[in-house]
Amino acid sequence: MLIILQLILFIVTAPFLSGMISKIKNNIRMRKGQSIFQPYYNLVKLFSKSEVVSATASWIFKVTPFVVFSSMLVSVVLIPVFKGAIYQMGDFLALIFIFSLGRFFLTLSALDTGSSFGGMGASREMFVSSLAEPAFCMAVFALSIQFGSTHISAFSGMHAIPVSSIVAALTLFLVTIAETSRIPVDNQETHLELTMVHEAMVLEYSGRSLALIEMASYLKQMILFFLIAQIIFPVAFTAALNFSQMLLWIFWYCLRIVIIAVTVALVEVSVAKMRLFRVADFLGLAFVLGVIASVCAISGV
Amino acid sequence: MSDLFLKQFFLFDPLSLFFLFVISVISLPSAIYSFGYLKGEYSSLKIKLAWFLLFIFVSSMVFVVSVNNVLVFLVFWEIMSLVSYFLVVFDTNHEKSIQAGMIYIIMTHIGTAFLIAAFMILYKHANSFDFSVIKSACQVMSAQTKNIIFLLLLAGFGTKAGIVPLHIWLPYAHPQAPSHISSIMSGVMIKTAIYGIIRFVIFLLGVNSLWWGALVLILAVISCLVGVIYALMEHDIKKLLAYHSVENIGIILLGVGLAMFFTSLNLPYLAVFSLIAGLYHLVNHAIFKGLLFLCAGSVYRATGTRDIEKLGGLIKVMPYTAACFLLGAMAISALPPFNGFVSEWLILQAFFLGALNSAGGLKLFLGICAAILALTGGLAAACFVKAFGITFLALPRSNYAKNAKEASLSMKAGMVFLSFLIIVFGLGAVKIIKILAQVSGSATGFDISGMSFSFNNLTLSPAVGKDIYLSTPLLALLLIVFGVTGFIIYGLFGRGKATTYKTWDCGYYNIGARNEYTATAFSKPFRIAFSFFLLPYHKTQKIRESFYHVKSFVYETHTTSVFKRYIYQPLLALIFKTAKSMRRIQLGSIHLYLAYIFITILLLILFIHQF
Repeated sequence: MLIILQLILFIVTAPFLSGMISKIKNNIRMRKGQSIFQPYYNLVKLFSKSEVVSATASWIFKVTPFVVFSSMLVSVVLIPVFKGAIYQMGDFLALIFIFSLGRFFLTLSALDTGSSFGGMGASREMFVSSLAEPAFCMAVFALSIQFGSTHISAFSGMHAIPVSSIVAALTLFLVTIAETSRIPVDNQETHLELTMVHEAMVLEYSGRSLALIEMASYLKQMILFFLIAQIIFPVAFTAALNFSQMLLWIFWYCLRIVIIAVTVALVEVSVAKMRLFRVADFLGLAFVLGVIASVCAISGV
Repeated sequence: MSDLFLKQFFLFDPLSLFFLFVISVISLPSAIYSFGYLKGEYSSLKIKLAWFLLFIFVSSMVFVVSVNNVLVFLVFWEIMSLVSYFLVVFDTNHEKSIQAGMIYIIMTHIGTAFLIAAFMILYKHANSFDFSVIKSACQVMSAQTKNIIFLLLLAGFGTKAGIVPLHIWLPYAHPQAPSHISSIMSGVMIKTAIYGIIRFVIFLLGVNSLWWGALVLILAVISCLVGVIYALMEHDIKKLLAYHSVENIGIILLGVGLAMFFTSLNLPYLAVFSLIAGLYHLVNHAIFKGLLFLCAGSVYRATGTRDIEKLGGLIKVMPYTAACFLLGAMAISALPPFNGFVSEWLILQAFFLGALNSAGGLKLFLGICAAILALTGGLAAACFVKAFGITFLALPRSNYAKNAKEASLSMKAGMVFLSFLIIVFGLGAVKIIKILAQVSGSATGFDISGMSFSFNNLTLSPAVGKDIYLSTPLLALLLIVFGVTGFIIYGLFGRGKATTYKTWDCGYYNIGARNEYTATAFSKPFRIAFSFFLLPYHKTQKIRESFYHVKSFVYETHTTSVFKRYIYQPLLALIFKTAKSMRRIQLGSIHLYLAYIFITILLLILFIHQF
C-alpha cells in the first residue's frame, strides 16, 4: 500500500521538478519562460500524438521505453521513503546497477536506428556515465563507512550531520548533474549536434515511447535529488503515520527537494557548458571529492 | 584397489568438485555447439582431430583440478598447455594462428617454469609430492620461503590466468582457436590458474602476510582496468572478448585477493565471503564468456569476418544469436537481474564490509579498489554497448553481414543452454551462495557452520544486522511487473498509432550504412580520455591524381600497446643481444663442449652442497 503511495508521489511530482528548474532558470535570465507545468503538458501531448518508428530499428528499439521506464520505477521502489515498504530488495549499490540497466538499453536503441546522432549520443552517454561510476561508488563508500551499511535507509536518523555526509552529498551532486544531463555536462535545452548527449540518444523516439522515456528521466532526477536531500537533511523515513503527520512529512519531503532543485538551477545559469573532454576532469573532481568524503568518514568527522 | 588408487592420486574436496562442475558445464554446450560449427568449415579428418583434441583438452583440465599430487598436477598442466597450443594453431592456414601459437607456447612455458621452481622448493621442504604432506610441511616453513613460493606461484599461475602484465598471449591465442575452443579456453582453462592460486596459495601454503592479499588486489585492479580499456579499443569481436577475459580474471582475483587479505587480518567471515564472491564471479564469467564466444563464433561462421566494423544489422537475420549475445552482454556488464550483477555486487559488498572491519589506511585502499571496480563496470558496459550495437543493430555495413544466415540447430542449442544458465545463476543466487559457502569454507579452512549469507530463500544478506539486502528474484519480478505496467499505459492511454518511416536524415536522402556510427567513432571519447595510456597515433595519406587534385584520403588510427613496447620488446631485444654475445663461446669444438659440461656439473655439485 505504502509502496504504491510512494510510486504515485514520485510519478506525480517528478515532472514538476523539471518545470520548476526551467522556470527558475528563465526568471534569472529575465525571461518569462514556460509554465511551471509545461512538462505535464508535454507528457499529455506526447501521449496523444502518433508515433514514428524507424524502419531500420529492431525490437530493441521497441522494448527500450518499457525497460527504461520499468528500471526507474524499480529504482523508486528501492528507496524506502516509507519504512515497511519493499525493504529487502536491494541497496544503494543495486540502485547504481539498475540505473545502468536503463542506460544500456537507451544507448542500444540509439544505435539501433542507424542515425549518426544516435551513435554520437550513445557514445557520449556511456563515456560520461562510466566516468561517473567511480565517483558514485566512492560517495556510497563514504556513506557506508559513516553509517555502517549501504542500505539507503541507514543514511538517516543522525542528529548532527557529519562532514563526510556533506562532502559525499556534494560528490553525488556532481554525479547527478552528469547523470541528469544538466549544464555543464550536457544541456537539455539544446538540439545542437555538437553538444547534445541525452537528446541525441532519444532523437528518433516520438509519441508514447518518448513520453515513457521522458517520464523515466524525470524520475531519475527525482530519485537522485531525493537521495542528496536525504543525506544533507536527514529526516527519518516514516512508518505509518496519521493524516496530519503525513501531510507535514510530505511538505518536508517537497521542501528539501525544492532546495536541491533551486541549487541545480542556479548552477545551470551560472556556468557554461564544458567541452565533452573536460567532463573527464569534472568527474575526476567528483571522484576526488568522494575520496575526501571517505577520508572524512574514516577519520570519523 | 581402485578405491585406493583414487585416494592416492585424487582429491575430491568441495573446491575440486566446484571446478569440475565449471569445466563440465561449459564443455558440454561447447561440444554440442562444435557439431554445427565444425561441419562444413573443416575436412572430416580435421573434424575428427578436433574432437580428439577437445577430448584430451577437457580431460586434462579435469585431472588438473582433481589430482592430489604436485607432480601429477604438473604433468596434466603441461598436457593442457600443449593440447591448447595445438588447438590455437588449429587453423593452420592462417598466418596469425602460427604467430599466436608461438606467443602462447612461449608465455605458457615461462609460467610453467615458475611453477616448477615453486614446486621444487615445496618438495625440498616436504620430501613428498602429496598435497597433504605439503600442507603440513608448509605450516612449519619460514616466512621468507613462503614469500618466495608465493611469488613464484603467482607469476606461474598469473601467466596462465592472464594477469597484466603477463596477459600478452591471451588476446592473441584465445581468438585464434576455433570458437568452441575459445569459449572453453576463456571460460574454463584460465580458471584452472585461479584454481591453482586458491589450491596452492590459500589451501596449501596458507596466507601469512597482509601484503600477499594487497599485491593480488593491486594486480587484479590493474588487470581489470587495462583489460577493459584495451577491449574498448578492439574491433575484432573475439579479441575484444579475450581482453574482457583479462578484465574478468581481474575481478575474480579481487575476490580471491580479498579472501587472502582478510585471512591475514584474521576475519574469517569476510575471508569466506570474499572467496564466495570471487568463485561466484568465476562460474558466472565461465558461463557468459563461454556464451559470448559461442555467439561470436556463430557471427564469424555466418559472415566470415570478426571485424565488427564490417558487420551490423545481424539482429534481423540472426535473431537467436543476437538475443543470446544480448543476454551475455547484459550479464557481463553486470546488469540486474542477471548473474554478473550478483557477483559484482557481492565483490563490492566484500570491499565495503572489509572497509568497515579494517583500520585507517586500509579502508581507503579498499574503497579506491572498489571505485576502480565500479569504473571497470561502467567501461565494460560501454564496451558491450559498442560490441552489441555495432555488430547486431542498425544497417549491415557489408554484404557478408547482409547475407548472413542464422546458426545451425546444434549451435543454437549450445548458446540457448548457456543463456538459460545466466538466468538461473542470476535468480538462484541464494542457493548458489550456500553451495559456494561450503567450497569457500573448505578452501580457506574456516568453519562456516555459524555463517549465514542470506536473509531468506530469495534474499541475500551478506552482513548480519547491517541491513544489506539483495533479492534478484524480487528485482526481476518488479522489472517485469513495471515493464508490463508501462506497456499497459502505452496501450491504454496512447491514442496515436505508430507508423514506420525512415530514420531522420537531416533532409538529405538515402542515408545508409556509411552514415552509421562506427566502433572506432564510438570509442573515440575513451581513446582521448585514456590517451596517456593508449598512446594513439594517426596516419593520414593523401592519394593524389595530380598536384592540385586529391583523389582520396587514407586515414588510420591505432593505439600503442604499452606493455609490448616498453616491457616485451626491450626484453626480447635483450635476450637476442645476450644470445648473440653468448655465441662467442660456441666455437664448434667438441672438446670445449665437454669441458663446459664438466664445469657445469662441478658448479651444480657445489651449489647442492652449499644449500
